[in-house]
Amino acid sequence: MTVTENRAADPQEPELVRRDWMPSRQRLREGATFAMLLVLCIGAALGIASGLVAVTGASPGTVFDAMTEGSFGSTAALVTTLNHAGLILTVAIGACIAFRAGLVNIGQEGQFTIGGLAGAAVGLSLPFSGVVAIAVILLSAAAGGALWALLPAFLLYARGVSEVVTTLLLNFVAFQAVSYAVNRSFLLQETVPKNFPVAPQPQSNQLPEADRLPSLIQGIGYSLLITIVVATALVLIVAIFIARSSWGLRLRMLGFNPRIVRRLGLRSGRIGGAALLLSGAFAGLAGGFLLTGVVLRIQGGFSSGVYGSFSNNYGWEGLLAALVARYRPVYAVVVAILFGALRAGGGVLSATGVSPTIVGVVQALVVLAVAIPAILLRLRQRRAQAALMRERT
Amino acid sequence: MNDVSLVLESAARLSALLLFVALGELLAERAGTLNISVEGMMLGGAFSAVYVASETDSAFVGLLGGIGAGLLIAIVQAELSHRLTINQFVVGLAINLLVLGVTSVLAASVHLSYHQLGVLRIPLLADIPAVGKALFQQRWPFYLVYLAIPLTWWLLMRTTWGLELRACGENPESATASGVPVQRRRREVVMVCGLYAGLGGAFLSVGLIGSFTQNMTAGRGFVAIAAVILGSWNVAGTVVGTLIFGGADALRLALPAIGVDIAPQLLIVAPYLLALMTMLVFAQGRRQPYALGQGYEDVSA
Repeated sequence: MTVTENRAADPQEPELVRRDWMPSRQRLREGATFAMLLVLCIGAALGIASGLVAVTGASPGTVFDAMTEGSFGSTAALVTTLNHAGLILTVAIGACIAFRAGLVNIGQEGQFTIGGLAGAAVGLSLPFSGVVAIAVILLSAAAGGALWALLPAFLLYARGVSEVVTTLLLNFVAFQAVSYAVNRSFLLQETVPKNFPVAPQPQSNQLPEADRLPSLIQGIGYSLLITIVVATALVLIVAIFIARSSWGLRLRMLGFNPRIVRRLGLRSGRIGGAALLLSGAFAGLAGGFLLTGVVLRIQGGFSSGVYGSFSNNYGWEGLLAALVARYRPVYAVVVAILFGALRAGGGVLSATGVSPTIVGVVQALVVLAVAIPAILLRLRQRRAQAALMRERT
Repeated sequence: MNDVSLVLESAARLSALLLFVALGELLAERAGTLNISVEGMMLGGAFSAVYVASETDSAFVGLLGGIGAGLLIAIVQAELSHRLTINQFVVGLAINLLVLGVTSVLAASVHLSYHQLGVLRIPLLADIPAVGKALFQQRWPFYLVYLAIPLTWWLLMRTTWGLELRACGENPESATASGVPVQRRRREVVMVCGLYAGLGGAFLSVGLIGSFTQNMTAGRGFVAIAAVILGSWNVAGTVVGTLIFGGADALRLALPAIGVDIAPQLLIVAPYLLALMTMLVFAQGRRQPYALGQGYEDVSA
């Protein structure tokens, strides 16, 4: 008896059977109510955020202007938004895969970090650089992320230990692994020339500039990485796979009701294990994207405490994006761009004298504002159904 | 000898800090809710304690304020995830972000002054060599752990409420069928967890440090969750778990002073590895509550 057999389907899982394409009148009415509730909730969220800004003595209007200017106001701002979004989206795709299989992987921060570590370790030991090197680095980053999800998968299907718990714990192991590696000269710590005035920092050597991800558009002070395009392509591939392939059907069955999978004689361990590994691989790949696209080296300051400094919350945001998108990769594109915009907007806030951490507040409120209307509607449906049941009995 | 005593003292403080939070989290997890917002509750408690103390000029009122803030955040978590049935991880992650943002913004704009609760020395007992000072000469809220441990055990194992909590964590459908209001119990337990976590946060700010700094809990809420896991979801295990995490942390802080050459990363990571090893080896007897982390929707409600 393993944990998974006892697990009921997540009520927020998208339905296994597709609905009719043509919306009925009732569906339209529901849609209108949903839109109205959404507007109300987002309005309330923005109201609360403005209130907080006003408390600190700044003007909410200035902050709002600065944030829109910093996220969509210019080409450079838009590029920053999309670059952040590419990373968040890549993590989110993986999270969606795991959720659709009914698995809760909350170890993206760690898988992301290990992806970066593996990519840096491999990239620095490669004798060549260039396009092939980039491919090798990204593949090893994905492999590193998958490896980090291997132990949770094993513990889940061989030992019945919940993947929620193990993936969470492995985050902290990953941060310390990076910190260990970049503080040891025989591992990854940077080498400095003899008699160099500054002691080596807790970071790896820099990858050669030729290992940098190619960019699509370049201008003064900005460079649009290919990550957002690659991530969007991956979204389409994964969405089609989940919706159309037999593997995708099995994945959804596992998420919907693990017992069906067993009754059909399929091995839930193989399907669910693959989903977990794939989920880790996407988070690791995102780590590789950050490594080759932006930082070119891995850092792990010990002072960062329990949080890793390399992953910089991309893992949590990707997870959150998948949750807000209700496990559908296609919706995650929109959410990731929104989160990317908040990050980009927050980056320019310090000029207005308001702490950039206000972005976290806005992000959290928006997440809740998006989640609440859908839930309210569903609760009403459930109540109506329950009332109908009572009438019948 | 002096070194040992100092390390023990700091280990006791750090463990107590984790234990307040971990005991609350233990209750919540036994009811099936993996409350990752303890981090936020703790941070909110830490900030509010210093803020209230500065406003009222009393560290004690500050402590109460911290507990109140923990409860307030818990009510938000409970209502959203166990009444509106929004996914508990969405709510938890959002609350952690929210509290980190709000406390950072407010800390930069309101005036906070230094307030710290007094040290209470228990006569005679504090003179026991080595462990005396660690266990009996601490800031006074420390002694609440001696109360909180048996109280938590009694709540969980000896009350109807606790029995119903455990039923909610193992099999919510059966609990519903037996007439246990699952969502209500989960809301209640999250609020109790908020009280514990708020106390933990307040103990950190007005107890141990005396002031507030941005993100001062630095992930200790997550460490408390790990301690519950390491303690295999029972009270005694959780106490041992927090002692291991607190001890490792104290040892890491004392490393430069003692002059022992161990990688600090190994010390930090050891408890996590221990937790994973425990699950690898003893999975059958020490499993988590079956419904841990799963949302529940009461169809009949």
